[in-house]
Amino acid sequence: MLEINNLTVEVGGRRVLKGVNLGVDVGYTNVLFGPNGAGKSVLLMTLMGFSGYNVVGGEIIFKGEDITRLSVSQRAQMGMGIMTQRPPNLSGVKLHDLLKVIAKDPKETEELAESIDMVRFFDRDVNVGFSGGEIKRSELLQLSAQNPDLLLLDEPESGVDLASIELLGKTINTLLNRDCKCPGEKCKHGKSALVITHTGQVLDYVETDRAFILCNGTVVCSGNPREMLNEIKEQGYEECIKCKLMEI
Amino acid sequence: MQADGDMRKRAEDALRKSAAYGEDFNLDEYGVGAAEVPYTEKLTELAEEDQRTLLNVGFTPGEENRSGSLIMIDNAIAHTSLHNSDVVELMSLRDAMKVHGWVRDYVWKLVKPDADKYTAMSYLQEANGYFIRAPAGKKSKMPVQTCLLIGSKDVSQTVHNLIIVEEGAELEVITGCSTKHGIEKGLHLGISEMYIKKGATLNFTMIHNWADQIGVRPRTVVHVEEGGKYISNYVTLKPVRSIQSYPTVVLEGKGAFTRLNTIAVAHAGSELDLGSRVIFNAEDTSAELISRTITTGGISIARGEMIGNANGAKGHLECHGLVLSDGGTQRAIPILEANVEDIELSHEAAVGRIAREQIEYLMARGLTEEDAVGMIVRGFLDVGIQGIPDELKADIDATIAKIGENAI
Repeated sequence: MLEINNLTVEVGGRRVLKGVNLGVDVGYTNVLFGPNGAGKSVLLMTLMGFSGYNVVGGEIIFKGEDITRLSVSQRAQMGMGIMTQRPPNLSGVKLHDLLKVIAKDPKETEELAESIDMVRFFDRDVNVGFSGGEIKRSELLQLSAQNPDLLLLDEPESGVDLASIELLGKTINTLLNRDCKCPGEKCKHGKSALVITHTGQVLDYVETDRAFILCNGTVVCSGNPREMLNEIKEQGYEECIKCKLMEI
Repeated sequence: MQADGDMRKRAEDALRKSAAYGEDFNLDEYGVGAAEVPYTEKLTELAEEDQRTLLNVGFTPGEENRSGSLIMIDNAIAHTSLHNSDVVELMSLRDAMKVHGWVRDYVWKLVKPDADKYTAMSYLQEANGYFIRAPAGKKSKMPVQTCLLIGSKDVSQTVHNLIIVEEGAELEVITGCSTKHGIEKGLHLGISEMYIKKGATLNFTMIHNWADQIGVRPRTVVHVEEGGKYISNYVTLKPVRSIQSYPTVVLEGKGAFTRLNTIAVAHAGSELDLGSRVIFNAEDTSAELISRTITTGGISIARGEMIGNANGAKGHLECHGLVLSDGGTQRAIPILEANVEDIELSHEAAVGRIAREQIEYLMARGLTEEDAVGMIVRGFLDVGIQGIPDELKADIDATIAKIGENAI
């Protein structure tokens, strides 16, 4: 689904990603761990093609095609979707109007809106005056309407109260497993995801397959998500950096 | 309308008096608009092209959902019809002066004939226009529609309108301003005096759809009594040479309220100098002035002025201007003045381009860049105007879509 080869990215003239290699297979949900400032969000923003994220080396292959120079729209139309941490306010653009434009299955979108209590936000301007949790639910609703094949989720649980994390996690899980009857089928044409998480809370609801640790703009390690999370909780990222240094 | 000697002299002297703002038009360059035109009984029998012109300024020739209609071409009334004479009175101002002697007490009382050359010209020509009155306590469910059309080449049209909404009445008026197909150059001078009496409401929407070389100089003053409401929507999205207007709403009675929405697009070659002024002369009066303007190459000047003369007055002024092209200019000039202690007036003004982040947010949802800009522009211009016909909505959408395409 996604293959990132030796990706080097500059933001505001500063090199933030330094030769990142990472992949997500069809039907897989991979996690990205890493300390603050490691470049996790920059990686997701670069994958989506946002301006200000300057690819100076390497390539991004999506569904077998080099998309490194494609526009944001082209990537979205190919099946990529993102939930950013701080989406902009869209004054005057009503959530319902946006959903009508992007929804592939309007009925399903209405049902999801109902179940995550977003119907009452339909006539509100997108993100304007939304709380942290409301922004996440609105983003998830939009992503669901868009129905991408690869979901890029930047800290879906941040700013959400404990009670709401369950709803959020379960909704993400439903989104990832839609249209698949069994794990076998998921590996053939299921949804893929790359999820950034700080706390790991979202792992309680979403089945993840592989984790990557990003430190100082490079992937320093990868492995089983649960085991890695436990390790990070005990040792912090210091050990990962040391370990990587020893390899060199 | 009968010019008395003294005022006539002052108006004659003012014929060379330039207005405070905007391009100074030479009145001698324009012929006087025709005082008589063929009368049209049935609007649906008009040529399709003419019907389209009407529709594009919110005027429905079929008169569905309208309580009355009036069309003025050049300086003459070309059509008047009224479907519900119980709730509203509609006729030409000239006829109204014949029917009601008291109409004279309302004419040229809010707008001064010698304010500038445009008011002077209108006064001296004894301009005709529409007279709309909602009798006390009457609430019209459907709007009155009027259209002011320039129908001949190189003429100046002078119009004088009077609206009176009596105590406790509610009235909605849609006025479209346009040119007949093929008319490129002309001047529209429009005097409007509006009186909203105690507890009455006037919802007034004006839609402009002029041509490239038309100059527009409206002069409007609105007088609102105790508990009265005046809501105005001022819409101009098409190319025009120059519009300069600075309508003034005087809140004279306790608790009076006004909301003035302006949405405008300044195309290359257009100069839009659109202001709104509110004078708070009574206690607990309030106002909201909202201006959303876009330049795609023209000059847009948004003036907003609030003058607080009475305690408990509250007002907010919002001027937002988008720049969608390098050649354009956006100027926001908010003015707040407090002359007593207990006053709350505020403003926010912002000019600039659409944030790249907003466009890309929508692109990440699968919209093309053109569609993303279109959606943001539509949202920017959406101030919740009610009751405009579907044809006009479609025309507005098409204009916005074009702006979206050209902005990239």
